[in-house]
Amino acid sequence: MINAQDTMLYLDGVSVAFDGFKALNNLSIIVRPAEMLAIIGPNGAGKTTMMDIITGKTRPDAGEVYFDGRTDLTRLDEAAIANLGIGRKFQKPTVFESQTVWDNLEMALKKPRGIVRTLFYVAGDEDIARIEEILETVRLTDRKEDLAADLSHGQKQWLEIGMLLAQDPKLLLVDEPVAGMTDAETGETARLLTEIARTRSVVVVEHDMSFVRDLATRVVCLAEGSVLAEGSLEQVSANPIVIERYLGR
Amino acid sequence: MITQALLRALDKKALWLVAILVALAIAVPAANLMIPPGQPGHVPIYVVTLFGKYLTYAMLALALDLVWGYCGILSLGHGAFFALGGYAMGMYLMRQIGDRGVYANPVLPDFMVFLNWKELPWYWMGFDQFWFAALMIVLVPGLLAFVFGFFAFRSRVTGVYLSIITQAMTFALLLAFFRNDMGFGGNNGLTDFKDILGQPVQAATTRGALFAATAVALALSVFVCSMIVNSKLGKVMIAVRDAESRTRFLGYRVEYVKLFAFTVSAVMAGVAGALYVPQVGIINPGEFEPANSIEIVIWTAVGGRGTIVGPIIGAVVVNMGKSYFTGALPEFWLYALGALFVFVTLFLPKGIVGLLGQWRAVSRRHEPARPAAGEAQASDAEERGEDPTTLIGDPQPKPAE
Ligand SMILES: Nc1ncnc2c1ncn2[C@@H]1O[C@H](COP(=O)(O)OP(=O)(O)OP(=O)(O)O)[C@@H](O)[C@H]1O
Ligand SMILES: [Mg+2]
Repeated sequence: MINAQDTMLYLDGVSVAFDGFKALNNLSIIVRPAEMLAIIGPNGAGKTTMMDIITGKTRPDAGEVYFDGRTDLTRLDEAAIANLGIGRKFQKPTVFESQTVWDNLEMALKKPRGIVRTLFYVAGDEDIARIEEILETVRLTDRKEDLAADLSHGQKQWLEIGMLLAQDPKLLLVDEPVAGMTDAETGETARLLTEIARTRSVVVVEHDMSFVRDLATRVVCLAEGSVLAEGSLEQVSANPIVIERYLGR
Repeated sequence: MITQALLRALDKKALWLVAILVALAIAVPAANLMIPPGQPGHVPIYVVTLFGKYLTYAMLALALDLVWGYCGILSLGHGAFFALGGYAMGMYLMRQIGDRGVYANPVLPDFMVFLNWKELPWYWMGFDQFWFAALMIVLVPGLLAFVFGFFAFRSRVTGVYLSIITQAMTFALLLAFFRNDMGFGGNNGLTDFKDILGQPVQAATTRGALFAATAVALALSVFVCSMIVNSKLGKVMIAVRDAESRTRFLGYRVEYVKLFAFTVSAVMAGVAGALYVPQVGIINPGEFEPANSIEIVIWTAVGGRGTIVGPIIGAVVVNMGKSYFTGALPEFWLYALGALFVFVTLFLPKGIVGLLGQWRAVSRRHEPARPAAGEAQASDAEERGEDPTTLIGDPQPKPAE
């Protein structure tokens, strides 16, 4: 068994059941620093549930979850885990709809989260420059004053990715980022995530195979709550069990 | 940094509101004291006191709006904080009576003499001093809200369940304050006040001063609320209202955000209650009535939640209606109130303020000779950036999931 040290994310033997239904079954996954991992698998395989466990939304029934080789995530709540440096993009894009694109990013920006500090926060030049840079990256500069509710589905996805960038996390969990995007936007997202993964660890869940191919990285296929196959996309998609359980359907 | 945060509080709307309230604080008492009765412009003393009372209600509604409209916490127990502030003020006023009571006991209030109490209970100590009473007016509601909120928000009680336990809180206090052995005057409460800060409470000058104090306190509340909602913390509060769990994943401690809003709001409600009591001349357990707390919600909804000016308008308008109805058709008031709430919920989800915004938007659309399309868009965007709350069709505040 691999040691938890030198890993960014370490899941070992994680199981969780909802009303007797095993959503995760003895799942073990490792992500190294500055590594991207793509996760594929059929609906209901437990991909989102895995992210729920890492981010403190769901507690596992059994197993170990370590961040950065030492921090036990099963003991912490959502806010503490986020502040350790784990950012998450949700499967259904969740941005703060009644607020502007700019405000969404400003709230996400890595800054002290305490009540008093937040109350008296004044955006410095650096912060403004950083938000403008992110707006540029996610191509929302000319929408910055618009309410997030007025963005298209794809743009909301990008805004949420922008919020992830603003959080400046060490580990990014990205759940189905390209749903609702055009082909061009999908390609752009793959490029952006690859760029991010040069300095941080990224876990991407996607069904879109051409997108996963563009990521050109290690792939894990989940099914029924545990790892079915692992390797490059070619290796995984040539695996007969994967073809039978996922791709062939 | 702090000065910038303070400046941010005074956006254009808040500045107007504060200016109007300060002007009222001077003009209304002046129109009573300086213009002799019978002359045009004279404001009768009962009107001064009546509107002073409305302004304390406005402050209470604003306090509720800070937690409900901006943070998504539907408190159905805010009347309790108002009443506690009121009782603290009432205790001070009782002790100012001195030996002028019916039993002429220099220390004990009449109801204690009547109950054959021999000495002042410990929790009545210090209330002969105004500064002490003022401290308690802030501290007691604030502390109760802090402790209550700490446990409720930490165990993630939200939505309807939270509303129910706030209602239970005010009901429990109602029962407690009804008891004679609690030492707060039981059923009758505290009344027959004589002096406040050495001035007779009934005197026109005192009443004018109380009105002015209320208007200034409301202006201060507007300032504080405006500072909070215009800050990044205010944005986080709205984020908590709209998508609570998402806010946690950004690393904000939602329970502390709520606790902050709830405590500030309770203090504001307590101060409002303290200003209410000398103007109406009595405080009794009826103020803890659960129905009172529900009424505050209606004022806020009618005026427009999630705005600063909305709850103020709502509280004044609804209570003017109440004063009229209870005089003219007393048996119909509760039906009228219920019907109003249903009407507002169904047809005016943004209240009076939302209606004004809608009307402004429509009249602008009908304006002839609009400038070039590009410019029109820009002005729309500006309007949106400036005041998202008056926009039609933006997401409603909803109880946190
Ligand atoms: N909170 C919950 N309560 C009960 N069942 C749940 C809960 N969360 C997830 N599940 C169940 O666990 C299983 C795994 O769900 P999960 O959302 O993790 O799948 P997924 O791999 O993300 O699928 P998809 O590709 O459709 O997003 C599903 O059968 C789901 O119904
Ligand atoms: Mg999923």
